[in-house]
Amino acid sequence: MLSRVADHIYWMNRYIERAENYARFMDVNFNLSLDLQPDEAAQWRPLVVTTGDWPLYQSLHKTVSKSKVIHFLGFDERNPNSVHNCIVYARENARSIRPEITKEVWEQINYLYYFVKEGTSKKKWENKDPRNYFLEIKKGCQMLYGILNSTISRSEGWHFGRIGQLIERADKTSRVLDVKYHILLPESVKVGSPFDLIQWSALLKSVSAYDMYRRKYGKLTAQGICEFLIFDKHFPRSILSCLTDVDRSLRSNSNKDSIYRSTAEKQLGLLRSQLEYSDINEVFETGVHEFLDNIQVRLNEVSESIFQNYFSVADHYKSENPLFSNNNKQVQ
Amino acid sequence: MPKLNLSNYDTTHFLDEMLDENGQIRSSYTLFRDRIEKMGWKKLNFLQKSTDRAQLSLGMTFNVYSDNQGTERILHLDIIPRIIDGVEWDKLERGLKQRITALNMFVADIYGEQKVLKDKIVPKELIFSSATYLKECIGLKPPKGVWCHISGSDLIKGDDNQFYVLEDNLRCPSGVSYMLENREILKRTFPEIFEKLKVRPVNNYAHNLRDMLESLSPQSEATIAVMTPGAYNSAYFEHAYLAQQIGAELVEGRDLVVQDDCVYMITTKGLKRVHIIYRRVDDDFIDPLIFNPNSLLGTPGLFNAYKKGNVVLVNAPGTGVADDKAVYAYIPRIIKYYLGEEPILENVQTYICDEEADRKYVLENIANLVIKQTDASGGYGMLIGPKSTLKEQEEFKAKIKANPRNYIAQPMINLSRVPTLSEDEIQGRHVDLRPYILFGEDIKITPGALTRVALKKGSIVVNSSQGGGSKDTWVLD
Repeated sequence: MLSRVADHIYWMNRYIERAENYARFMDVNFNLSLDLQPDEAAQWRPLVVTTGDWPLYQSLHKTVSKSKVIHFLGFDERNPNSVHNCIVYARENARSIRPEITKEVWEQINYLYYFVKEGTSKKKWENKDPRNYFLEIKKGCQMLYGILNSTISRSEGWHFGRIGQLIERADKTSRVLDVKYHILLPESVKVGSPFDLIQWSALLKSVSAYDMYRRKYGKLTAQGICEFLIFDKHFPRSILSCLTDVDRSLRSNSNKDSIYRSTAEKQLGLLRSQLEYSDINEVFETGVHEFLDNIQVRLNEVSESIFQNYFSVADHYKSENPLFSNNNKQVQ
Repeated sequence: MPKLNLSNYDTTHFLDEMLDENGQIRSSYTLFRDRIEKMGWKKLNFLQKSTDRAQLSLGMTFNVYSDNQGTERILHLDIIPRIIDGVEWDKLERGLKQRITALNMFVADIYGEQKVLKDKIVPKELIFSSATYLKECIGLKPPKGVWCHISGSDLIKGDDNQFYVLEDNLRCPSGVSYMLENREILKRTFPEIFEKLKVRPVNNYAHNLRDMLESLSPQSEATIAVMTPGAYNSAYFEHAYLAQQIGAELVEGRDLVVQDDCVYMITTKGLKRVHIIYRRVDDDFIDPLIFNPNSLLGTPGLFNAYKKGNVVLVNAPGTGVADDKAVYAYIPRIIKYYLGEEPILENVQTYICDEEADRKYVLENIANLVIKQTDASGGYGMLIGPKSTLKEQEEFKAKIKANPRNYIAQPMINLSRVPTLSEDEIQGRHVDLRPYILFGEDIKITPGALTRVALKKGSIVVNSSQGGGSKDTWVLD
């Protein structure tokens, strides 16, 4: 597969996953805010911190309000991670690899594209209740996962797509847990009080984990939730579960022997096995924030290596090729 | 339901393809008209709206050149088809085959022995001064002697109900994806009419294209690539669509490298050899080492790899010399010269501003003529005499005098009209016709075409960049 194409597939999937996560965050946070004290800043600031967009938000706005955050994360074209932009970028990537994807995939991405374009032009953030809007985007993305999985051959491209999707998902799960844990920690004395239950439930719902967590643990506890979101082998949004599948896809795309070849494979394999041999006690000993921060840093290293190993191959060939010597500007 | 009223349908002044000069329905349209009359206005409008939506969801959009915003627009598809009688089509097909055969021989001769110049059929100054003449191609012998593999001439129908060739597009013209997708859409729009009318299918095109490309390489499992300038090119939808339809890799210049005069694409697992490139990048931009050195769209070394026979380029570089608007005037003579036959399809009468007598006539009669710049396309660089102001005419006169080689003139032709949905009724709109020709081991012409329609009332400019739309073209059996 063309290395540029692999790059586009990877990012198309990352952006869709990001859009779906953001859309879900908005829906959950809106619900949560209805149950909390009417302090908009306290309700909405953590969301912007979770997504990592806080510095940009601060440079654009002096105060935090519900409508500003909803606009910033959902619609703002100045925010590269807004739902609007994620869908637009996903479609741009899809357009560049049109022959690699099926008509069904393309039509669904296009549907989402026109949906957010219209949403932004109709200023949907001014709606009293934008939940339906974000719900529709979430469903649209989930529909797309379904179409991708049922119409795309499971060859190299599909695996690069899965790698992009799951690295993004692991990153988002770890961020949600990190930020929420931070906020909830000082209140830990009150664990079990109605206030906390609402917050902890919201955390689980932010990563679509509420129902599956309840099935397995029954009771909401800080330890149970951390364990579930980091280590669960079967829940598809837990960090370990994401990394296990990224590992499989990287292996499947490299040559068919059992050797870990590329830097990306080695780094990811190491991170995955460290998680596998760790447990929740170690997390608490290390400190939840420190533990999750380490995972995020190393996930970033893995994505950088994926870029080096698979997507920027062209630079290598062109730098060695005399025909390009006068034409280095052409190399991107 | 408001009844569809065709009794006010106006056919004055122009040839209409649905009604003849006495207002009688032509036989090719009888069944269709009966059906849409029964359907009624409301239903037709509904179908048109569904079509607009279908086009959006298929992403059948093009980017507008003059617009840096990256705006995507839809090429409006008018759901009323253009219907062509089978007998008429068969003649058209014979004419196109004759014409492309001669044009291919002409290109081969220009880059070979140049007999046509030595015998003074075409003035050699005309060729050597053409911006599309590439001296780098002299002596080239492309596989099977074919230069113009993929082409699509623009034809118009005049008052005499005859087709005329207006332009030959020998540099991989766009639009074929619209021919194919328009048909898919119309089959959903009017299923019951397709059941009754025998419309010749167009869906062999992709299959024929793949066969033609494969036939050009001795490799048994040749790797085929479609080369695009990228996702921001106005015809990107088509490049991606065709790559997908024929199972080819869609590549940009930056995805390729040339090593030891062979072309490779850069994959996640290293280099992979490419044997055949259907390139939708203009000659000038394919190789910065040979042509435009500033091109970022091409691949350094590509032309040499081609010259050595290590890769096939489709179309061959240099074919533009035969679709230069000034060379166009000579094509009837070119056909006669190479084939010893009278042209089956006629040219539109053309005045060559570089010839003194013609120029004098053009300058005196500019108000009645259409002036075209020989190296422009897409409806740009054009003056429509009868619709122009005196000031515009003076500007063009000055341009012609300054650079006569750059201009030709043609009489204003009354393009035929075809019924088209307008705001509140069905009205005639001017159309042209672009059929698609594949030239490999033999010549294949798909029975169908892109019909471009000038949507604005009275307009004769059908270009998509200037308010034109499209129609599906039905060739009856």
